[in-house]
Amino acid sequence: MTGSFLRKRSLWVIATLVVLFLFPVFLDRFYVYLAAIILLTGLCATSLNFVLGYGGVYQFHHAVFYGAGAYGTALMILKTGLSPWLGFIVGPVVAAMLGFIIGLICVRLSKLYFGMLQISLGSLVWAIIYRWYSFTGGDDGIHGVPLPDIISSPNGGYYFTLIVTSISMFVLYRMIKSPFGSALQGIRDNPVRSEMIGVNVRLQQLLALTIAGFFGGVAGALFVVVDNTVFPDMMFWTVSLELVIMCLLGGWLSYLGPMVGAAIIVLLRTYISGITVYWALALGIIMMLVIFFLPNGVLGYLDRFLKKKARAR
Amino acid sequence: MENVLGFISPGILSQILVGLSRTVILFIVSSGLSLILGVLRIPNVAHGSLYMIGAFMAYTVSHLFGGGTTGFWVALILAPLGVAALSFVAERSLFQFLYEREHLMLLLLTFALSLVFGDLVKLIWGAEYRSVPVPSMFQGYINLFGGLPFPIYSFFLLVMGPVIAILLWLLTNKTKIGKISRAAAVDREMVGAVGINVNWVFAIVFVIGCLLAGLGGVLVAPTVSVTLGMDHTLIMEAFLIVIMGGLGNVWGALLGALIFGLTQSLGILIWPQFGIVFPYCAVVVVLIFRPTGILRSTW
Repeated sequence: MTGSFLRKRSLWVIATLVVLFLFPVFLDRFYVYLAAIILLTGLCATSLNFVLGYGGVYQFHHAVFYGAGAYGTALMILKTGLSPWLGFIVGPVVAAMLGFIIGLICVRLSKLYFGMLQISLGSLVWAIIYRWYSFTGGDDGIHGVPLPDIISSPNGGYYFTLIVTSISMFVLYRMIKSPFGSALQGIRDNPVRSEMIGVNVRLQQLLALTIAGFFGGVAGALFVVVDNTVFPDMMFWTVSLELVIMCLLGGWLSYLGPMVGAAIIVLLRTYISGITVYWALALGIIMMLVIFFLPNGVLGYLDRFLKKKARAR
Repeated sequence: MENVLGFISPGILSQILVGLSRTVILFIVSSGLSLILGVLRIPNVAHGSLYMIGAFMAYTVSHLFGGGTTGFWVALILAPLGVAALSFVAERSLFQFLYEREHLMLLLLTFALSLVFGDLVKLIWGAEYRSVPVPSMFQGYINLFGGLPFPIYSFFLLVMGPVIAILLWLLTNKTKIGKISRAAAVDREMVGAVGINVNWVFAIVFVIGCLLAGLGGVLVAPTVSVTLGMDHTLIMEAFLIVIMGGLGNVWGALLGALIFGLTQSLGILIWPQFGIVFPYCAVVVVLIFRPTGILRSTW
């Protein structure tokens, strides 16, 4: 039973990947770009959900790691003469280190305190990057980051994003299913009990925060590949809360929820900002509707709907 | 005077005074935030938007009343009330249904509201810079400590700060509603069980907190250019102050605002480019030694 189910699921995964792989063949350039943005935003939201949904840690300012990965990559490529590929490793590592440092300061605090201190420290990082004109380009950001030839074309960038996102999503999935992932979920559900049975709560959470920072950084590095720019607003606190909304909208109790949420938000933003300048108003109203009527997200709702149907049969 | 202040140059002194008058604004806004956080446990991201709306309302009201001194005094009363009315509507129609849910949902709701408010301000007042004139009785400078010009309006702010602090302290410690709200912050079920309508207490506290945000907006309006986006930086600063001072503690908010305002204004003097970083560092240092803030929080 489980075997056939597993095989069925891997079939779905392979089918989706094939479709995604064929995107550039039958879609034009703008949609390929949009698909790449969805993939990397989805990866960022999934890495956030790794600590928020599975770890129960209120990481309110996750975009900092997204930005740190992007800045780390871009600055490594621009300021050193080393191979650009090295930049794609340095960016996420910088983000992971930042995740570790911010985590170290915040992890002693409980939920809401954690969230507020984390959002404040994240704003500090934003403020430094915003002001440090000589190194980061200040509020102008960095444009035209030179990339290796193979990924500098739109399709090349898309394939690179697709491959890296797939690998990262797989690794994160394995982590959630590992003993470490179980410990994390145990801490979310009952921290006191986890502590009692010998789980080092803070160490596990710190580890999770570092990992989440790393994959947030990977998403940032991918943004450099796809968009060729970096700017401080990538890590402004409103972006972080948008990421949280993606998790909520898609459903943070399902692994693919944040990815679905990212797809919905990115598509809506693209189309609504085409019609009106009041995109924030629309997003605010969507958020309210989700909070009141879809607390488990789109996937959570689908899941319950399908189960109800199966029972009725 | 010369002897006491011999080692402090007039430049530093005026910078401290400027920092102090900014502290007053920070204190008024963050005490409202702290009140709401302490009693209702809502991390109100929309607080900054209410501050911005207060400033814009002050602009409209003061221009309706001729833009002079009368306009300012009318705005000082009407604009916070307008903000309070707005927050009352928000509380009754949205927040009251979410108190049972997780904090995260409340945070996201306030974020959604801040997005909506931001765009409504854009819709109503547009994206231009607005200015509110300093009332004529507070115009001009006085000379301090031998030839140091200091704006009179800043003095007015320096007086307002302690007045608000004392009023708030009286409200939370000497009135019935304050006592109930402090009890509700500790154990809301118990307060409900003894027959008090917690729901309305929450609504009143929420409205008072938001009124303070509006008041901060009105008071800051003559000193800055009123524009979109003035909420974004302020709300982060207010959060930091509240965390530093201890959630729900009025004196904590005052202390936090003092530390924040002074490190900011002195930081700019020491290292102009990164003056913005100093208050954040102060917050980190404080929280490493006292993770739940300097003064006792309500929960």
